Amino acid sequence: MSREVVIPGETIIAGEDYLPGDGVRREGNELVASRFGLAEISGRLVRIIPLSGVYIPRRGNIVIGRVIDITFNGWSIDINAPYLAFLPIIECPRFFNRYDLAENADIGDMIVAKVLNIKTRGVDLTLKGRGLGKLEKGMIIAVNSNKVPRVIGKEGSMINLIKEKSKCDIIVGQNGLIWLKGETIEDELFSEKAIKFVTERPFVEGLTEKTKEWLEEKKK
Amino acid sequence: MSYTKRLDGRKFDELREMKAIVGIVPNADGSALFAFGDTIAIAAVYGPKQLHPQHLQDPRRGILRCNYDMLSFSVPERKKPGPTRRSHEISKVTQWALSEIVNLEEFPNTVVDVHISILQANASTRCAGINAAALALAHAGIPMKEIVSSVSIGKIDDRIVVDVNKEEEEYEEGAGSTDIPMAFLARSKKIALFQLDGGIELEQLKDAIEAAEQACKKVYKIQQEALKDIR
Repeated sequence: MSREVVIPGETIIAGEDYLPGDGVRREGNELVASRFGLAEISGRLVRIIPLSGVYIPRRGNIVIGRVIDITFNGWSIDINAPYLAFLPIIECPRFFNRYDLAENADIGDMIVAKVLNIKTRGVDLTLKGRGLGKLEKGMIIAVNSNKVPRVIGKEGSMINLIKEKSKCDIIVGQNGLIWLKGETIEDELFSEKAIKFVTERPFVEGLTEKTKEWLEEKKK
Repeated sequence: MSYTKRLDGRKFDELREMKAIVGIVPNADGSALFAFGDTIAIAAVYGPKQLHPQHLQDPRRGILRCNYDMLSFSVPERKKPGPTRRSHEISKVTQWALSEIVNLEEFPNTVVDVHISILQANASTRCAGINAAALALAHAGIPMKEIVSSVSIGKIDDRIVVDVNKEEEEYEEGAGSTDIPMAFLARSKKIALFQLDGGIELEQLKDAIEAAEQACKKVYKIQQEALKDIR
């Protein structure tokens, strides 16, 4: 498996043996990049992993968003994507007064939800699932959504490390918004610093180990 | 007395020193700086995002909006800030050149905003702007067919020169100066921008296009390096 930075219009590889995946198109015998990113060749499949740009929702993603409007059957949510998201009341597992939706989540409130469906125009969200719902207290920071896999680490190794060392509750939205809640503001600011440490070093090998050292040094 | 030696001592097919940096505007989704010598342009890309007012939305594809602006301190005599007839024209031709390369069918009803600011002007600003914008669009992760590279060709008296500067643009001896900004698509070799200010014979115009194609290859190389260098 090889990885390389490619730019739009660049030939990644030639040959009939390969199949074009995300961000790759075929032009005659050549596979050409259709966007900027890391080209990854795994087996026969060639695809591009984005390095930058806005968050594009995918089904099943956990996202953090802000309520920006209340309609008769649900909430409009801004999830930092090209389109607005909508959370209908039938996707809310809790019982509440459907004539006063503001009681459950008012304009400006932050919620954590799952992407249920992506339509041609807009995104549907659901709150059915563990840990989903309105976010109370704590603080929210924003990172680039393409750095989220780094913040989470392999099977959550990085985020668990930060949670443990900073004694904070952390929810990482796939859209790059991260919710932090600790005992004190200092704990929250510390975990924010740790996350910034991770996102500012996107190309470092063995980052989990380095973060561990950094956290232990700063903790003193 | 014909134009035998360039005013700044460059060869006739030599560009000014180019500089390209990707990712210089932290708050933008994609950004880049491109410079031809003293001409410096920065481009910031925002989006795709929902387009308002709604009647401008296209349900088949996303649209591209360009805004070119010369900052008031970019020229020796302070420029009055705000849009002018000239900046409207350049915004429009830049938009046409860039819409050849972006592919926004995946994002219907959205807009991608490109803001080009000229920090320092010494001719060829629209070319520097297009080069910077192409880099910024790629950096913003917009689906693109290829990269566009742009350069201005001049006819000073009777000589074809590459990458005109202000001094040459104002050359008045002999046949005077003609300025031809051009933009080439790097992969398909198509022309995405062609403007002509002045007069030129058809035969010489062919030489000018040939010179532009060669110069754009050099520009493309700089652009490629800048994008690959992102860390």
